[in-house]
Amino acid sequence: MSIRDRLSGNEAVAYAMKQINPDVMGAFPITPSTEIPQYFAQYVANGEVDTEYVTVESEHSSMSTCIGAEAAGARAVTATSSCGMALMWELLYVASSYRLPVTLALVNRALTGPININNDHSDSMGARDAGWIQIYAENNQEAYDNFLQAMPIGENPDVRLPVMVCQDGFITSHAVENIELEEDAAVKEFVGEYNPEHYLLKHENPLAVGPYGVSPYYMEAKMAQVQAMKNAKKVILEVAERFEKTFGRKYGFFETYRMEDAETAMVLIGSSAGTARATVDKLRAEGRKVGMIKIRVFRPFPAEELAEALSGVKAVAIMDKAESFSDNGGPLFADTRAALYDLDNRPLTVNYVYGLGGRDFRVEDATYIFDELDKIVASGSAKPYYRHIGQRG
Amino acid sequence: MNNTVEIRWHGRGGQGAKTACLLLADAAFSSGKYVQGFPEYGPERMGAPITAYNRISDDRCTVHSNIYNPDYVVVVDETLLESVDVTHGLNPDGAIIINTDKTPDEIRPMLSDYAGKVCTIDARAISEEILGKNFPNTPMLAAAVKVSGVVEPERFVSDMRASFQHKFATKPQVIEGNMLALTKSMQEVKVG
Repeated sequence: MSIRDRLSGNEAVAYAMKQINPDVMGAFPITPSTEIPQYFAQYVANGEVDTEYVTVESEHSSMSTCIGAEAAGARAVTATSSCGMALMWELLYVASSYRLPVTLALVNRALTGPININNDHSDSMGARDAGWIQIYAENNQEAYDNFLQAMPIGENPDVRLPVMVCQDGFITSHAVENIELEEDAAVKEFVGEYNPEHYLLKHENPLAVGPYGVSPYYMEAKMAQVQAMKNAKKVILEVAERFEKTFGRKYGFFETYRMEDAETAMVLIGSSAGTARATVDKLRAEGRKVGMIKIRVFRPFPAEELAEALSGVKAVAIMDKAESFSDNGGPLFADTRAALYDLDNRPLTVNYVYGLGGRDFRVEDATYIFDELDKIVASGSAKPYYRHIGQRG
Repeated sequence: MNNTVEIRWHGRGGQGAKTACLLLADAAFSSGKYVQGFPEYGPERMGAPITAYNRISDDRCTVHSNIYNPDYVVVVDETLLESVDVTHGLNPDGAIIINTDKTPDEIRPMLSDYAGKVCTIDARAISEEILGKNFPNTPMLAAAVKVSGVVEPERFVSDMRASFQHKFATKPQVIEGNMLALTKSMQEVKVG
């Protein structure tokens, strides 16, 4: 039986961690993820978990702690945001290339400068090539549910990759909303025990950690990561199916909303998808054929599935809550547009960069974008295809 | 979405406006509603103006933007009237609730051209009299519930007692004071 409650996104993730009772947590605070190690410290102090809670002096060290723990065969978690993840950068690549399934609760926040504590996706989007699985949440419920699915995905022997479970700073992390929690025993059974076949301290089957990769072998190691990411696609869906059977809530690579006969659509990530959903309902009530796709899994990128889901629309707005300064659109745009290239009748595509540094994204903004999509359909052109919304003047 | 009640809180950092916002979410949740309670953060410091928001509805509200056209506005610190346009976007069929020792008639001229209900409550006096300190958020929460009717008042009082018993488990001596501040505020809020 689910337990009806109300929690913030940070509380929800800390609660999921408590239920999982990982072996090690590397703990270092940074706004807006600070509450996660803070709440978890209470569980440790109260004896509700027996996690080794390692307080460190930086995020570089919190990720190093997780890497060391995972190399020793333990299950390790941490939480961070923004500049905190920037300081982990080197270690993100170490975790993924050493094939250590660390679980990172990332509370998305803008990167400096100007210094800003509010939400956008520039931290995780910057790390999109680090070899981590990235799963994004729309709200507290999804942050909780995604966290419960992270370990069964990352620790699967066909995957063995670290997982970044992302939610929007403040908008989700600090918003109290209704949530359905699951029973401790059911969560423990779903997540399961972590029994890696190799690790540093396993004398009968030890793992070499951190060897030099000479040129004749380095690329093979990278290809192994590529294959793991391919395998992750299958495992992500299997875990989602088992999650739905166990707890009743359905997940996939992305969620399609009212896309069946949609002529225009918006593709986006995170909390703004909720605002887009309300906008779609409003415009559908006015008779307009609009739809929305919310990306849940950004790495691995579900290119074929997304192209199929968008194959019937005339124009699509792809929304990036991160600026990549490419002068050619943001990261979600680049991947989505590339995914559409092989369609026989591909839709017109336009990119909107929005919501940087916590700039609000409202129903009015989403409505404006659907209006612009109608103009794009009417004119047959999406130029200029790289646009920004919400900035002054 | 039509049944959603939207509330905007204005306070200063350290006064407990965010806590009151979250307590209101708690109270509405306990009465079976779907809730959102969230603060809007800028550079954090004591005394800086802060805003917090509630959405309360019968179905899950998926909108995650701030609130621009609230049904109710709660002002925890009267001095904000000089610097913040607290009635901006406020629904004329709703109300504004202000922590002040002035009457609604005295306050109304300070509220640009807002035509809706103006409610006042001296939360500071209630708090100082009963709790011995200026903790205006509990009486402001009670006044907001009374004026908005977003939670049934009797239910609210009993839920808040349970909530305080949980929150103040280690200092039960403050529970009665908070309950008294709550009920007194509900009785004394002036609607003009």
